[in-house]
Amino acid sequence: MLSISWAWVRRWVHQAGSTRMGLDAWAVMAWVLAGLVLLPLLVVVRLALNPDPEVLAHLWRTRLPEMLGNTLVLMAGVGTGTFLLGTGLAWLVTAHRFPGREFFDWALILPMAVPSYVLAYSFMVLFDYAGPVQQVLRAWFGPQVGLPSIRSGAGAVLVMTLTLYPYVYLLARAAFHEHASATFDLARTLGANRIRAFWQVVLPMARPSLVAGLSLVLMETLTEVGTVRFFNFPTLSDGIFRVWHGFMQRDAAVHLAVLLLAFALVALLVERRLRGRARYVQETHSQWGIAREPLTGYRGLLATAFSAAVLFAGFLLPVAQLVVWSWKQLAGSGVALWGPVYARYVRNTWMLAGLAAVFAVLSAVVLAYGVRLRATRWMRLAARMATLGYAVPGAVIGVGVLLTLSAADHALNTWTRAWWGTTAGLLFTGSLLGLTYAYVVRFMAVAYSSVEASLEKISSSMDAAARILGASPGRVLWRVHLPLMRVGLLTAALLVFVDVMKELPITLLLRPFGYETLALWVWQDVSESLWENAALPALTIVVAGLVPVVVLLRSSTHRRSRS
Amino acid sequence: MTSTPRNQGDVLSLEKVSKAYGPVQAVVDFSLALAPGEIMALVGPSGCGKSTVLRLIAGLERPDRGRIRFGEWVVADPNTGVWVPPEKRRVGLMFQEYALFPHMTVAQNVAFGLMKWPREEREKRVQEMLELVHLAHLAHRYPHELSGGEQQRVALARALAPNPQVLLLDEPFSNLDPGLREQVRSEIRELLRRLGITTLFVTHDQEEALFMGDRVAVMHAGRLEQVGTPEEVFHRPETRFVAEFFGPTAFIAGRVTVRGLETELGFLPQRVPLPEGTRVEVLVRPDDLRVEPDEAGSGHIVQRVFQGMHHLYHVRLPSGRIVHVMSEHAASYPLQSRVRVVLDPGHDLSCFLEGRRVVEEPAVATASMPA
Repeated sequence: MLSISWAWVRRWVHQAGSTRMGLDAWAVMAWVLAGLVLLPLLVVVRLALNPDPEVLAHLWRTRLPEMLGNTLVLMAGVGTGTFLLGTGLAWLVTAHRFPGREFFDWALILPMAVPSYVLAYSFMVLFDYAGPVQQVLRAWFGPQVGLPSIRSGAGAVLVMTLTLYPYVYLLARAAFHEHASATFDLARTLGANRIRAFWQVVLPMARPSLVAGLSLVLMETLTEVGTVRFFNFPTLSDGIFRVWHGFMQRDAAVHLAVLLLAFALVALLVERRLRGRARYVQETHSQWGIAREPLTGYRGLLATAFSAAVLFAGFLLPVAQLVVWSWKQLAGSGVALWGPVYARYVRNTWMLAGLAAVFAVLSAVVLAYGVRLRATRWMRLAARMATLGYAVPGAVIGVGVLLTLSAADHALNTWTRAWWGTTAGLLFTGSLLGLTYAYVVRFMAVAYSSVEASLEKISSSMDAAARILGASPGRVLWRVHLPLMRVGLLTAALLVFVDVMKELPITLLLRPFGYETLALWVWQDVSESLWENAALPALTIVVAGLVPVVVLLRSSTHRRSRS
Repeated sequence: MTSTPRNQGDVLSLEKVSKAYGPVQAVVDFSLALAPGEIMALVGPSGCGKSTVLRLIAGLERPDRGRIRFGEWVVADPNTGVWVPPEKRRVGLMFQEYALFPHMTVAQNVAFGLMKWPREEREKRVQEMLELVHLAHLAHRYPHELSGGEQQRVALARALAPNPQVLLLDEPFSNLDPGLREQVRSEIRELLRRLGITTLFVTHDQEEALFMGDRVAVMHAGRLEQVGTPEEVFHRPETRFVAEFFGPTAFIAGRVTVRGLETELGFLPQRVPLPEGTRVEVLVRPDDLRVEPDEAGSGHIVQRVFQGMHHLYHVRLPSGRIVHVMSEHAASYPLQSRVRVVLDPGHDLSCFLEGRRVVEEPAVATASMPA
């Protein structure tokens, strides 16, 4: 009897290796990673299961209605704005000819390099009552002329539309290029005019891409704290900080985090639904170029002027302003004064961004390779769980990680007190390790998608050939895959690096005491209206933000030249 | 188990191996054994599961049932939970697309499987292997700098370098253009013979299988249909499928009588060990038949294929069946013309009952034969 059951167990284990959960080291590592990512989220979600009615009631009596309303207004406004601007510009440059089209085709991605809070800061100064724009207006048209205040909901929508529309633009442009051209021309031979062909054929076919772009925009909108704080337009994300830092009501902050997470999940589900239904996009990369409609005379000028205006407002203007201010700051004895400070902030920032990039890429490699070795449902699920962070607003992750770390510290201290009669102090909370952990949770998906894409380019017969020649899976990874994936790994690391450089909410919540980064520098000096002092770090962040833009541009032109 | 005679000398044997992907049965109760130094061709239409058999042997897939042995060493047996990963199996595998490591030179590619060897021996072995495939002068090139034929030879050298006990080749010639293919085929056949390495190679090309294999294993829908020498599988196919797989064939209806076989195309004086009156199907190959122009003939030509040395006619019989008839290139008959089809095989034809061949000489007959 015993021998039979033993055989059964061995058989089960044998099958488990191939079809069930996968009990090998790679699967274990993948699940550990997924667990580490899920843990802070679960800590937050657990609170949603038994909310404190008193805290909720208090929130509801005070600022919650305003925050909820503002969050909804911002999502609706930025969603609509980026959709119109991104889709419209993409259609303009793919299907029309006008002066400067080739330039705008790529240049319209540039606003992506400017974080919303940097553009907000720039606009705040430019369009302020005392700012240069209003001064000029008053000088020309008299003292009674003025603009509505930029520090409002409308201003926040404007700023975030300008920095976030490139997500929609990029995906719409790619969709129009790859899928729409032949069908658009076909529709026209069937008697549809350009406008009907666009509405009835091109737009529906591009829907999955547009939804994807839009959902990225909404996730960024939910996570944003800088713009809404500067413009005094409190949303849920902002509320978490006000409550957490302002009144030390952690319970209230956690409740807000739960609400914010609910918003994010709804956005994610809507995306899945809208995208999941539309899988009928043909994957043929047709040679057929769309017949570009020449825009002549005033229409051509209008197209050029509109594209130029967007580029100017979203990129050139703020960058020019930051350059001028940085110059002023460094002029004279500025370098001597600011140099060491700047160097320290840059070092701190790079240290953090580097740590996060290395951990994120390592984890992504483990996950992606694990899925490659065992493409089971369980492994895919683990990968999906581990990359969930991109959809979760930074403030939620920040709160979740803080609660997790303080629980870990608490447990550790209880243990050390029991054994040595002394406490170890707060080892995790407020440490670089904790901050890095939160970054990895948030940006794992960024690294994963890049790593996965470059891994997929390697034919699976490479794996087989290397295994048969006697290499273990680990050695195959080391000797064959990693060398072949160099560019993909570097890209992944760069993308995470830059994202961390720009990051605000997690950094604000979790930074070690006294630890300063470039983003925090901008945040603090802008909050204290030290406008010009914030220019140098802001400019640095924008320059770093250009790196992913260049990566995107290169990959998209590369794809085009191959097809 | 009776279908798998266990031979102590077999280098590789599969015993009733099955593998399914979800609901799809890729390989079903598959048994096969390779003798030392033998070249076995595994042939079948695409999707018949032959590549899965290769992957199972290499350890790239795990069988659901059955056992795989290298000599006496069991490498996969779900019943006992034994499973040896590919890196421990000492097989050589060459892929259709070669799968050379693009970031390594030719020499580094060949050395990849020799990492546990001492450095000097490793270098010597690489040199030796490259000389074997006439590529020593290209040792420091990268794969993308080589022609298709050269890449293939590197792949072969890489597979052979660690002295595998079995060499597996997956559609090894399908990436070469037809002119080069014939030449490379005979070169590699010669090389494998000389090295005496046990080889299993997979192909969908029946002509290639007949040319390359010491024995040919024919696979269909995940099952093994027949194993035998090229002559056996061609001339004495066990199943209708095997018969049809090797070139144009036709089956005509026949009825067993005391003296022989009554068929649509006349009487065949061959004895069939079946009760009188049994209906069978008789395999006729194009060279078993002849056409003669005849206005009163019962067949008419529906298609004509000129093949250089001869014509191949498709002739419709009164029963509606179509037979293929080979005819010398000098004689050319127009489409739709009436012909008489003459059955003139000069040897016994294979008869099939319910898709399987009727064995001419039953065991009893053999026993009663005079010594």
